[in-house]
Amino acid sequence: MANTPDYSWPPMESRKVIGKPMKRLDGPAKSTGRAKYASDTKPKDMLFAVYVHSPHAHARVTAVDTADAEKMPGVKAVHVAAPAGTECMWEGWEIAAIAATTEHAARQAAGKIKVEYEVLPHLVKDDDLKLAAGKTKQGGEKVVGDPDQTFKDAEVVSEGKYGIPIINHCCLEPHGAILQWQGDKVMAWPSTQDVTTWAGQLSPNIKVDAANIKVKMDYIGGGFGSKFGPDAWGAVAAILSQKAGGRPVKLFLERDAEQMIAGNRPPAYGTIKIAGKKDGTITGWQSDTWSTGNMPLPYIIDQIPNLRVNHATLTINSGPPRAWRAPNNQQVCYLTCGAVEDFAAKIGMDPIEVFKKAVEHGPKPRIDTYKYQLDKAAEVSDWKKLWKPRGTSTGPVKRGLGVAISAWGGGGHNSNCRTTINPDGSVLVEIGTQDLGTGTRTIITQVAAESLGLPMSKIKLAIGTNDLPPDAASGGSSTVGGVTVSTRRSAVNAVNKLFEAAAPSLGAQPEDLEAVDGHIRIKGSPNKSITWEAACKKIGPGKISEMGQFNRRQPAPGMNDQGAAGVQIADVSVDTETGIVKINRYTAVTDCGLIVNPRLAESQIYGGIIMGISTALFEQRFLDQQTGKYLNADMEMYKLAGIGDIGDIKVHLDIRPENDKRGVIGLGEPCAVAICAAIGNAVTNAIGVRVPHIPMTPMHVLNALEGRIA
Amino acid sequence: MSSNKGRFSRRGFIQGVGIGSGALGTGLLEKEAAAAPPANVVGPGPVPLTLNVNGKPVNVTVEPAVTLCDALRNYLDMTGAKRVCDRGTCGACTVIMNGKTVYSCTTLAIDAQGKNIETIEGLGGPEKMHPVSAAFWNNDAQQCGYCTPGFVMACKGFLDEHPDPTMEQVKHGLGGNLCRCGTYMGVRKAVLEAAAAMKGAKKNG
Repeated sequence: MANTPDYSWPPMESRKVIGKPMKRLDGPAKSTGRAKYASDTKPKDMLFAVYVHSPHAHARVTAVDTADAEKMPGVKAVHVAAPAGTECMWEGWEIAAIAATTEHAARQAAGKIKVEYEVLPHLVKDDDLKLAAGKTKQGGEKVVGDPDQTFKDAEVVSEGKYGIPIINHCCLEPHGAILQWQGDKVMAWPSTQDVTTWAGQLSPNIKVDAANIKVKMDYIGGGFGSKFGPDAWGAVAAILSQKAGGRPVKLFLERDAEQMIAGNRPPAYGTIKIAGKKDGTITGWQSDTWSTGNMPLPYIIDQIPNLRVNHATLTINSGPPRAWRAPNNQQVCYLTCGAVEDFAAKIGMDPIEVFKKAVEHGPKPRIDTYKYQLDKAAEVSDWKKLWKPRGTSTGPVKRGLGVAISAWGGGGHNSNCRTTINPDGSVLVEIGTQDLGTGTRTIITQVAAESLGLPMSKIKLAIGTNDLPPDAASGGSSTVGGVTVSTRRSAVNAVNKLFEAAAPSLGAQPEDLEAVDGHIRIKGSPNKSITWEAACKKIGPGKISEMGQFNRRQPAPGMNDQGAAGVQIADVSVDTETGIVKINRYTAVTDCGLIVNPRLAESQIYGGIIMGISTALFEQRFLDQQTGKYLNADMEMYKLAGIGDIGDIKVHLDIRPENDKRGVIGLGEPCAVAICAAIGNAVTNAIGVRVPHIPMTPMHVLNALEGRIA
Repeated sequence: MSSNKGRFSRRGFIQGVGIGSGALGTGLLEKEAAAAPPANVVGPGPVPLTLNVNGKPVNVTVEPAVTLCDALRNYLDMTGAKRVCDRGTCGACTVIMNGKTVYSCTTLAIDAQGKNIETIEGLGGPEKMHPVSAAFWNNDAQQCGYCTPGFVMACKGFLDEHPDPTMEQVKHGLGGNLCRCGTYMGVRKAVLEAAAAMKGAKKNG
């Protein structure tokens, strides 16, 4: 055997399973309603728990009286999470939880808990800095070059106001878990993006060794960055279970609480000035922005030689921010690409050409990619034919096109895989990962099948528990890069062992063998072969069990990579009488490295875009500064895009040999970045004025047309 | 959220205005409300009910405030219908009742007595998929899959009424189901494929 096995991907043209549009393995279970999510699980004797939440945006608890509630029928356990003295920082803050034999009984009992509050002053509005006096923290000013002189000398200066609000993750399966605490052991069925470390995160909060906490999750109903940990409710469910004598307790948030406390994406607001030349060269940038989080600006084009960047962070009394599919990228993309579009309009240039110049200020290795993708996106979207200078579309319904660029990391996360080959020919692949709906099950199985020369149906896959070889959180589009490499290495290691067992019967050396089409054969001599099953019989009484690992500190060049570009173009129609924006066509050119499964890759990209369209046109929380209340913490008035709201979407996967050579790159996030920016720019191009604030609702559009800019 | 003053009760909600856009589109809930006989006074404690689910009578004892969705999920272990918005907006809980698609989160179990309730469990399982389920798989009309069973049932109900739909009708007729992962492109194709498959099956049958 060679000292270091060859783990590299088979060449593009000889792949049999990788790169093929296989249907997702769990599709039948999902399409028939048989897939059991954490929230569908019902272990024997399960109790239902509900929370009592603070109705105030800011208050101190002065008394909690659970005596009447405890006497209610069916109640088995009560836990006070916020005893007297607790300062509740937002509406929905968890005060107490009750577990009862039925959900109805738990709700009835929760109504009997008496909580008294001292109501404190609140700030819930994030878009008005004047209201926020004393609640902001100025970050240090960043100055590069000589911005003052640059703006003074500039041929052209453009300036605009931009805003993108807080939005909610709105996972369809709410946050929560079922916990059973018996003796010194805890069993957990959570809805989580991180099966491997969930127990370790819970352990200190309930003082049970992580080794004694078993976690199981087969399916998750959406996470999008908001479900990495057990949260407070994981621990509360465990405590309720312990108090109830070890009966399992289900604690999932109800929809209003889900919207209030289980995750939101920070906003970004501010003013941006660009200095430049009439030929489209950008020479200076100045931004004054604020948010509840950090917003590094400018986005991608951060090598502009003269910069002045100011950012303030703001604390408001509303549920805490959480990671969101490509955290902060959508916001800074909207601000940056909006400002570049406004600069292009001011000098009367085609924004595609201005972006081509602007990306010269971007990361060196991506400059040519962006230029290629800008041209490609223009071609796919019919830009040359359809784009007109800003505000020149005629008639009451105006058409406009807008472009935006995006970037993402997407490197693989740490992952361990075990491949077991049994003497009967059966194969088991095990990884402690999770399938968020991205198709992780399917792509792991594809990689294993390709590496073992078997059809996918021969591979049994185990994921979703924390006693499997450890993987990591599914975040940052890092899963595909991690699991494909660990699986490939583990399967290659295992099949090499099989070659050792089978070599004598083929009269060959192990390194001369290959596994193809269910056979072990001598390379170059397809006739000298034995079947997979016959080869496995040679394993003897034991079995082959081999590990494979990817550790992000040891890069795997050619196997996976990070750093994805992308260009997207929106084509919209705006009715200037009603303010309604409709998507005609949305085009995405996506950087993607080696594509394991084009069908699933395309679904991911459609999904990222549709989510972005939802944000760009509809999603808006209404928090009332007078009362501090979240007025639309539901799914009726917190609007999501429906099947008829998204226009037509065209995805162009940038599959070129030079991309394939980079190996696997995560693509769930890069595709989800540019939508607000592209749509915002398209609307502006159509109607001739900037609509500063996302979403592009009729109110915002009509306000902009009437010159009533908030 | 529980127990806070000013919270709308489910009953008040169902009797009142809180009808989601999808239901409004079909006018189903309004029709049901208008046609309902005066309610007998039962509860508030558990009452025995018989529901006709997928052609079989099943007995369940629940409080009159329990929705059909919760009765299916929490008492009958039929978890295909999901509880998501819990207020008749998103369609994840869709079942078919007397031939009409309804939001089971906005239907009381007690009001579902005497009606023919079809849930996704009544369609074929993974081994023998209903053409709608198969079309959802074939067209990757799912990611996390949490909205999928409701979408499949809404699609079946829609195709029962529109066996030969245009794309425009699909966009309108399935507007009452929401997906957060963004699988609508696949769903559009799936509905048309299922329509063709079901017509073919009818012809051959």
